[in-house]
Amino acid sequence: MTTRTGALESAKDRSQLHQKQMIAGHFERLARAREDGRKVVYTFVPGNLTELIGALDMLPVLPEINALQSGMRGRSGGYILEAEKAGHSEDVCTYVKCDIGMLRGGNIGPTGTKLPEPDVLLLSYTGCFTFMKWFELLREQYKCPVVMLHVPYQADGRITPEMRGYVVEQLRDKVVPALESIAGRKLDHDELARRLTLSARAEDDLVAVWESARQRPSPIDGYFGGVYYIGPIFSAFRGTEEAVEYYRELRAEVEARIAAGEGPMSPDGPLGPERYRLVVEGPPNWTSFNDFWRMFSREGAVVVASTYTRVGGLYDNGFRHDAQHPLESLADYCLGCYTNLSLPARVALLERYIRDYQADGFVINSVKSCNSFSAGQLLMLRELEKRTGVPGAFIESDLVDPRYFGKSNIENRIQSYLQMLEARRQGGYS
Amino acid sequence: MKCVVGIDLGSTTTKAVLMDERGGILGQGITNSRSNYEVACAVAHEEAVLAARRSLLERAIESLEGPGAAGAKAIRARLFDALRLELYLEELGELEDSVARHVAGPAVRALRDVLEPAAHQVLGEMRRTAPDLFLGGAPRKSDFFRDVAAAGFMAGAERVSANGKVPFDRLVGLFDRAILDVEVRFRRPAFAPLLRRALGRVAPENGSQGGSARARIESALREAADREIEEVAFVGTGYGRQALPFPREAVKSEILCHGRGAHDSFPDTRTVLDIGGQDTKAIQVDEHGVVTSFQMNDRCAAGCGRYLGYIADELNLGLHELGPLAMQARRMVRVNSTCTVFAGAELRDRLALGQNRADILAGLHRAMMLRAMSLLARSGGITNAFTFTGGVCKNPMATKILEDLVRENYEGGITLHTHADSIYMGARGAALFALDDLRAGRPGILPNFGRAAAQPAEDPPCGRADPSVRQHGQDVDD
Repeated sequence: MTTRTGALESAKDRSQLHQKQMIAGHFERLARAREDGRKVVYTFVPGNLTELIGALDMLPVLPEINALQSGMRGRSGGYILEAEKAGHSEDVCTYVKCDIGMLRGGNIGPTGTKLPEPDVLLLSYTGCFTFMKWFELLREQYKCPVVMLHVPYQADGRITPEMRGYVVEQLRDKVVPALESIAGRKLDHDELARRLTLSARAEDDLVAVWESARQRPSPIDGYFGGVYYIGPIFSAFRGTEEAVEYYRELRAEVEARIAAGEGPMSPDGPLGPERYRLVVEGPPNWTSFNDFWRMFSREGAVVVASTYTRVGGLYDNGFRHDAQHPLESLADYCLGCYTNLSLPARVALLERYIRDYQADGFVINSVKSCNSFSAGQLLMLRELEKRTGVPGAFIESDLVDPRYFGKSNIENRIQSYLQMLEARRQGGYS
Repeated sequence: MKCVVGIDLGSTTTKAVLMDERGGILGQGITNSRSNYEVACAVAHEEAVLAARRSLLERAIESLEGPGAAGAKAIRARLFDALRLELYLEELGELEDSVARHVAGPAVRALRDVLEPAAHQVLGEMRRTAPDLFLGGAPRKSDFFRDVAAAGFMAGAERVSANGKVPFDRLVGLFDRAILDVEVRFRRPAFAPLLRRALGRVAPENGSQGGSARARIESALREAADREIEEVAFVGTGYGRQALPFPREAVKSEILCHGRGAHDSFPDTRTVLDIGGQDTKAIQVDEHGVVTSFQMNDRCAAGCGRYLGYIADELNLGLHELGPLAMQARRMVRVNSTCTVFAGAELRDRLALGQNRADILAGLHRAMMLRAMSLLARSGGITNAFTFTGGVCKNPMATKILEDLVRENYEGGITLHTHADSIYMGARGAALFALDDLRAGRPGILPNFGRAAAQPAEDPPCGRADPSVRQHGQDVDD
């Protein structure tokens, strides 16, 4: 089903509307958390321990999700200025500044309801040094405890038994006891196992959705559309019946499109003929998200795979949460997030996507304020071009700072790139 | 004759190229980009048509034989200088009218008695000295009426205000307002009458060079003026290409057009650097001229053509004067900033410290080209041969420093190509895409510039539309 939600809004699939309702419902639960007597855990998307938090009947708040939601709703610019007034430099991650600005403005969440203060900051550190500094700032503000889960970086591109053991040990000896103490209850291991089983079911369907992009035309956009698909599983819903239902419905929606030979939805409605198949590296710009998407969709470009949609969990390499080995699988999940991969591992994954999804090209959106993610991307571009013979494009924008989205410049680059792909496809000029 | 048109609507200048069916350049036109992009396109296009007629005439004169042929060929170069003079005088007439309108306006009421005669004197002097400017053998400094007229007006204003009675700033202010009117007017210069006036200057009927040479030129002129120019396809490109009145399929990326134009000019080109008004592009092309990789500046136009424009303004110089002045440097002052505003501040600081203008300018040029080198490195480096295009390529210091930097940073054997018409490379590439359409039999989709740039009734275009220019295909305005 396609729904047009208003003349100025973009067209949406039923699943997109469904996930919006789910996210809105979560913010409502957060708004009632205190009166419902539920404890609140602030944590990050990469390496989130949602099943564990849920099993302890606590609610997660994900600051990056708040920031990107504020970006999409046109509020991030003001929040960033507020944070800069408080002394945060122009070069600080704009997710952080957006969050700090929101906090200084009363911590009113993206849906307009006040967010509860955290009872604990659960810092699972997966590849982003800024996460640590971010929670140091929040700790100063909220005077609440920080529980740290140190996840070793996959420097050699693989998870060793020692790395896994190190994370499991922290989970067992530090993280679980600390969370139990704050939650005021012991962890119900059966409940954790139940949730992990539900996670794996949703993950199966999500992977089927990702892999549907092998079809021609691709029934999904694995980047712009993909960020809607990851909404539930990257935020508060992994390990819930709601997530299982959502991904079942999403998969059915995608399979129906395959059967009908249809392409994905775009902001202007169903995508026209598929002209270019692309792989994308790097997060999207959120402040001009639909404009950015249209730069591709209006040219008939569809993203068949992206790495950003793997930052909160990389499932298409075979990993699934495992109720039989709960802490080990949580450890593997954290270790395997895309943000925790080395540059060679990232290049290898992108190379695989380019080949498996028969991409015509790949685009790197380099984000100004995210040094940990953007460093080395030009090198990645050259290496990928060398390995695959597929040309890459390099564009620059930002996560949620509207000052760093130069629409005409970015559009110019994208159009140039797509016309270049077309010229190369023709084998030269007449 | 059939031809195609490429238009490059840049942030600073708009260029048009008319290309014949074999890919030869028939005519080129350039104008300052205005707030009204359609007018800019129309003006550049009309200039290109005029240049095409000139080119046809040149070919006709070249092929003359028999009585008067040698005489006609002998005065050919001077004839075209005289043509430029006539074009200048036509625009000067518009400037005079515009100044007269502004001087009659309320903004200068209190000073009218002083400014009106002073402006009249300055403009009269410009008209009197114009023949020397174009026929006196002086090197051509700029393609733009604005630049030539501004230099003349400034010099005249300095002279008439030297007595202290005429306020220099207010007099120049009149020019600044009036030139805007001239620039946004679309005109269709009528080739034959202009050329006849030019011919009257260099070969008067009763003069010693008249007679058969003049008659032969007049005959060639009729042939060139009457020859039908059938425009069968257009392609547009450039920063403002989305504003072009072209359908989507007739708009191409400037990256592709610059790459292709440069490759067409120098087929061994593999790396292209284009520095335009507000963007710098580093482009890699393959043996067919197809782009394989590119980088361009983002979010900031530091180190682009506007940087030089700003510096020129700071020094009260014409843009075209910067490079030659910098070439006189005895040493290179180290300038750290490529930020246009900071560079301006650094320039003022260094001037205040007594450093030599040419030396500072040399440093500024180097800072700018270092930024371009960084972009080139990010695009994949420089591969032989290397072609430099864009407006900044006309600056001799920029080219010299680029050569030095290539030598310093790359192994020997890199050939640097520059082209006298480097500024037209984007339009040339666009014309080549239009030629593809023509050769492939795709229907030409043509805009109607004349209508798009229609003038108010009280301000009709000077001259009449060239009736022998036909635009074929679907008219997108219909």
